[in-house]
Amino acid sequence: MNSSYELPLDEADYNFGFLDEYAKREIRRAILKSICIPGYQTPYASREMPMGRGFGTGGLQLTLSLAGPDDVLKVIDQGSDDSVNAVNLRQFVSLTCPGLTTTTHTSDATIIQSRHRIPEQPLNESQVLVLQVPYPDALVVVEPSEARRKAMHGEGDYSRLLTKLYEDIVKFREITISHRYPTRINGHYVIDPSPIPRYDVPQLNQSPALTLFGAGREKKIYAVPPYTNATPLAFDDVPFRTEDFHDDRGERIACARCGSTRSFLDELPLADGSKRWQCSDTDYCDQQLQLKSGTLTGARQ
Amino acid sequence: MGYVAIKGGADAINGAERAMEILRTAEGEQGEPLTLSAIEHQLRLLTSRVVSEGGLYHPKLAALAIKQAQGDTLEAAFALRAYRSTKPRLLETPPQDTRKMRLIRRISSAFKDIPGGQMLGPTFDYALRLMRLDLATERPEDFRKIAGSFLARSPNAPVADSFPKVVDTLRAEGLLPPLHSRQCDPFDVTREPLVFPVPRSAALATMARAETGSLLAIAYSSMRGYGDIHPTIAELRVGYLPIELPHPVTGEMTEAGEVLVTECEVVAMYEADSAGKRPTFTLGYGACFGHNEVKAISMAILDRSLQKGMADGPANPSEDPEFVLLHVDGVDAMGFASHYKMPHYVTFQSDMDRLRTTQKAHDQALEPSPHQTERAAQ
Repeated sequence: MNSSYELPLDEADYNFGFLDEYAKREIRRAILKSICIPGYQTPYASREMPMGRGFGTGGLQLTLSLAGPDDVLKVIDQGSDDSVNAVNLRQFVSLTCPGLTTTTHTSDATIIQSRHRIPEQPLNESQVLVLQVPYPDALVVVEPSEARRKAMHGEGDYSRLLTKLYEDIVKFREITISHRYPTRINGHYVIDPSPIPRYDVPQLNQSPALTLFGAGREKKIYAVPPYTNATPLAFDDVPFRTEDFHDDRGERIACARCGSTRSFLDELPLADGSKRWQCSDTDYCDQQLQLKSGTLTGARQ
Repeated sequence: MGYVAIKGGADAINGAERAMEILRTAEGEQGEPLTLSAIEHQLRLLTSRVVSEGGLYHPKLAALAIKQAQGDTLEAAFALRAYRSTKPRLLETPPQDTRKMRLIRRISSAFKDIPGGQMLGPTFDYALRLMRLDLATERPEDFRKIAGSFLARSPNAPVADSFPKVVDTLRAEGLLPPLHSRQCDPFDVTREPLVFPVPRSAALATMARAETGSLLAIAYSSMRGYGDIHPTIAELRVGYLPIELPHPVTGEMTEAGEVLVTECEVVAMYEADSAGKRPTFTLGYGACFGHNEVKAISMAILDRSLQKGMADGPANPSEDPEFVLLHVDGVDAMGFASHYKMPHYVTFQSDMDRLRTTQKAHDQALEPSPHQTERAAQ
């Protein structure tokens, strides 16, 4: 088309953290605003990242705008450090943030980027949890228009969401929302806490760590600041319930690997028709094994 | 054992990369790597599509993106977009005058003849879509022969530097409303998120880098009857637009280069004006990088339908700014469609938990209660 255009041969160097400084500054401002207004979805000009929209580009932009050379990063997907997507994201951050170290140990990390899980081990004040978000708005199940949802949030109008929960009980005798459970933050905004299981929602409540949510494709950032109330929507007579891991005899199923009866489990169908249950959080599972065998090092005990 | 612990994610990713690479190069001994020049020139419409959807006018980089994406337009546009997103914005481009375009093609379906004349130029519009088997064995000599005979038959008369626009004629006659001067700064979709309602410039910028097929599908819904735009192409032009930028030192407007652009202006039927103003035709505008007429036409139709929706409220999907603008971006849409391939073990576990609990509640409700059994026994 235009043969005069030459290939840029001097482009091998990317900025620290891939994003240019203007982009990082904008994201940091959006983070500050989100912390000031807990649960409010702050719009921002999400940049295209070199990986698919929907693969954690929102979380990645948060991580890249926060990370410095002294940070220790943990990336998990489905609770696992070795899941393909987690590996991919971790490699990319390491590549573009020279000096930054990575870890699989929850307790060692300063930034934890996760998709679909909150680590089993409670986080502390010096840690930031970054969650990847496909749908930033809890109201999307009842209202497709973003403009109308924005007004509903502003007015604290969650009546249609509560009606949906009520209708679920009428139709199925159960609230059918399995994950992305609508959660009220600091008594006002209701958020979509990202596709974490209901099991993880209580971890958000009064958490000492800052939790940031990044939706790259939908261009929104929101936050649950440290020590903030996070209350899943429920009724006085129908309490919020997490995933049930009891067998037919009413016994809590244990992880087949570490034996823990206090973790979120992955269910694995076996060829013979039976099932195997195992911790979804692989670092937690390893830690339990080490505790059992007495090889856990003092610092992490 | 039926279960293998999910380990070795990094190995799997590296393996996938190698597998893609062997498929890209597995043409056998006769295989010759595609040159960027061959992609840019022989697949010029593909390159056009990628520069436009990638939102970066760089045909050579687009050709490279096409090569590494193995011809996938969505992937290629994505690579170009990701490259672009790391570049800071240096200045705001002032409006460019498309009257100055060095045209290769220009038509109007509104008038038989137009000032400056109709110029069919390169188009498939009237080509017979028959398989050209002779192309299967083409050689470089054939290229030279085609070039030679083309040049021999070219008329000697020079082509005018610029052509007047058909809409100017309509405007002068009062059939179109007078052109308003720019009321606000253009909306930069690469630096600001869309928060509705958005100005028309945000809609135009979003559509200019939208995915061709997505724009076409929604515009087609309007053409078929989910909407009533009734468009006539006042002018469709394809050519090289000189880009004028303020000189970094003097500030004087200076030509910095030129970009291949397709531009389309559709005239739509007039509407009753509540303010009692004189009725006029209305205009829809479409423009994109590269040679992509279907995209420019679709965009022009949607620009008109969106203006209608912004003014009167949407009566159809094609008139709803939120519906159109949030669903036409190829990078967003393909990314999200692809993301379903990622593991969803945890959320599916939650789904199963809900279904099993609901099934249990359902079964318990079906079992006759002790009370009912007593009644039946009596």
